[in-house]
Amino acid sequence: MSAGVKTRERSLITPEGVDLRLKLGEAGARAGAFLLDLTFMLIALIVVTVLLIVAFSQLGAAPGASGRADAFAVVWILFFFVLRSFYFTGFEIGPRAATPGKRLLGLRVAARDGGRLSPLGVLARNAMREVELFLPLSFLLSDAVGVDALISIVALVWCGIFVLFPLFNRDRLRAGDLIGGTWVIEAPRRKLLPDLSAAAASDAYAFTTAALDAYGIKELHVLEDVLRAKDDATLKAVAERIRAKIGRPAKPGEADAAFLEAYYQALRGRLEGRLLFGQRRADKHAR
Amino acid sequence: MSQTLTLRSARFRSEREADWQTLEALLTRIERGGARSLSADEMIALPRAYRAALSALSVARETSLDKGTTDYLEALCTRAYFAVYGNKEKLSSRLYGFFAEGWPSAVRALWRETLVSLVLSLLGVAVAYLLVSSDADWYYSFMPGELAGGRSPASSTESLREGLYHDGGASGLSVFAAFLLSNNARVAIFAFALGFAFCVPTVALLIYNGCALGAFYALYVERGLGVELTGWLFIHGVTELFAIVLAGAAGLKIGTALAFPGACSRLDAAAEAGRQAAGVIAGVVVMLAIAALLEGFGRQLVTSDLARFAIAGVTAVLWGTYFYAPRPAAEEPA
Repeated sequence: MSAGVKTRERSLITPEGVDLRLKLGEAGARAGAFLLDLTFMLIALIVVTVLLIVAFSQLGAAPGASGRADAFAVVWILFFFVLRSFYFTGFEIGPRAATPGKRLLGLRVAARDGGRLSPLGVLARNAMREVELFLPLSFLLSDAVGVDALISIVALVWCGIFVLFPLFNRDRLRAGDLIGGTWVIEAPRRKLLPDLSAAAASDAYAFTTAALDAYGIKELHVLEDVLRAKDDATLKAVAERIRAKIGRPAKPGEADAAFLEAYYQALRGRLEGRLLFGQRRADKHAR
Repeated sequence: MSQTLTLRSARFRSEREADWQTLEALLTRIERGGARSLSADEMIALPRAYRAALSALSVARETSLDKGTTDYLEALCTRAYFAVYGNKEKLSSRLYGFFAEGWPSAVRALWRETLVSLVLSLLGVAVAYLLVSSDADWYYSFMPGELAGGRSPASSTESLREGLYHDGGASGLSVFAAFLLSNNARVAIFAFALGFAFCVPTVALLIYNGCALGAFYALYVERGLGVELTGWLFIHGVTELFAIVLAGAAGLKIGTALAFPGACSRLDAAAEAGRQAAGVIAGVVVMLAIAALLEGFGRQLVTSDLARFAIAGVTAVLWGTYFYAPRPAAEEPA
């Protein structure tokens, strides 16, 4: 397990006494989720605008042209207002506590104290977005002619402070997370992968104890990843490394994958057996 | 027992796999349609399956070296934890609770900040009023061009009076109201969020807002239109200004909690203050919607001073009672 993952791990002990070992979302994933959400909002806005135009041009000219234009403007302004103010809050209050962008990237919002995510906390965390990003952006984008350079620079610095805020604290908190008492964690939906030890194992491979003591848990997990990835070149290279290490030349006609599967199963059996006696052998350097 | 399942951890997994998949299916349905999409039996099965998965996770961490299984269980248990211990209240009952109890009590809890916010606004009004009364040129420093809407010391008294009763015209009222709502709601959210910078911008916003009002007043009182202006402003202003004062109070709450966290850690104090202030802000948006309706429609359609004052008075009494009237002690939770 790399150091990066460890520093992102936070303990959450359930009332049942089990540590869930939550992982904080990475800054890159969160930025990506936010950009996705902005894209979705933009698409929604465009779709609704087109639909409104079509609908109001179909409605006939009965109430008079200015009345129709009014109704169009009212619906559009209200939709824009609701979208801008409640898109994030609305989705994050829901059962998955994530906007579509966050869902796609396997993130969710959670209360920092491990309790229930309060809807007001979600509201607070998203109200801050107005000041973090939308306000300075509107200074930068809208009416750039009337605003002098100094204000643009101030807006840019302001934006920079808030956008980079999560990078300067341990828990990757945005200013809004700070106020809302929330943080963003990884909540991937994983599939249960097949158990590799269940693959056909034959007695043709009888490994000696010395051969099985060559590696530890870390190497076992790497081997598991290699077997799941099923990349022929990697399989071959890894198989050769292991054969050299345990001093067991390849038999004629022996397939790399079959050899590795058998070795994986035997190694796991050996390490799990030692685990039962309280010996957790972290990697090949441990005894 | 099949021949190939030689490892204990593999047997452990194959015995429980089906239960995990059942739990996963339940979770997927909850996340899609809320807890109410489950039948009674499934509701009972959920916590049981959750605890079984948790216990399997503990066992797997200690005895199994199958990373695929432990990772899966970790993700599954996290999802289940949030589903089991998360909010299951219906949105409608949550909304009811908010308007019946949550919002007024949030407003009451911020009474100190509300007073400060009110005093700051009044300070702005007083300063601008005195300055503009002594020298009309000050008016231009307080009023942004678009807000003044052609009303300035240079206008004639007649045109000022005309503006109080016939601005805009009947067409375009609804657009005006929608625009006001979205604009004022944004200002309120700014007042709240800017409190983050230790109150400073919120205080400035409140004083500035007061200044605009004071300058306006000075101009109209000088022309002998003070009473008429009051009717024009306060038909919606009672609601709108109260909402802005409350939004300012929410911002002040956050700023002071960050600056002076007291006995809590700064983070905890900020989170607690944020939750309280957000309760006020959510309601403020509703108030501003009402104010926008009053301003967009009421003010243009009701042109008698008496009726305007009546509406202003009624809204003041209504809001005051709603927020501050003592209420019977909360009933026992059902």
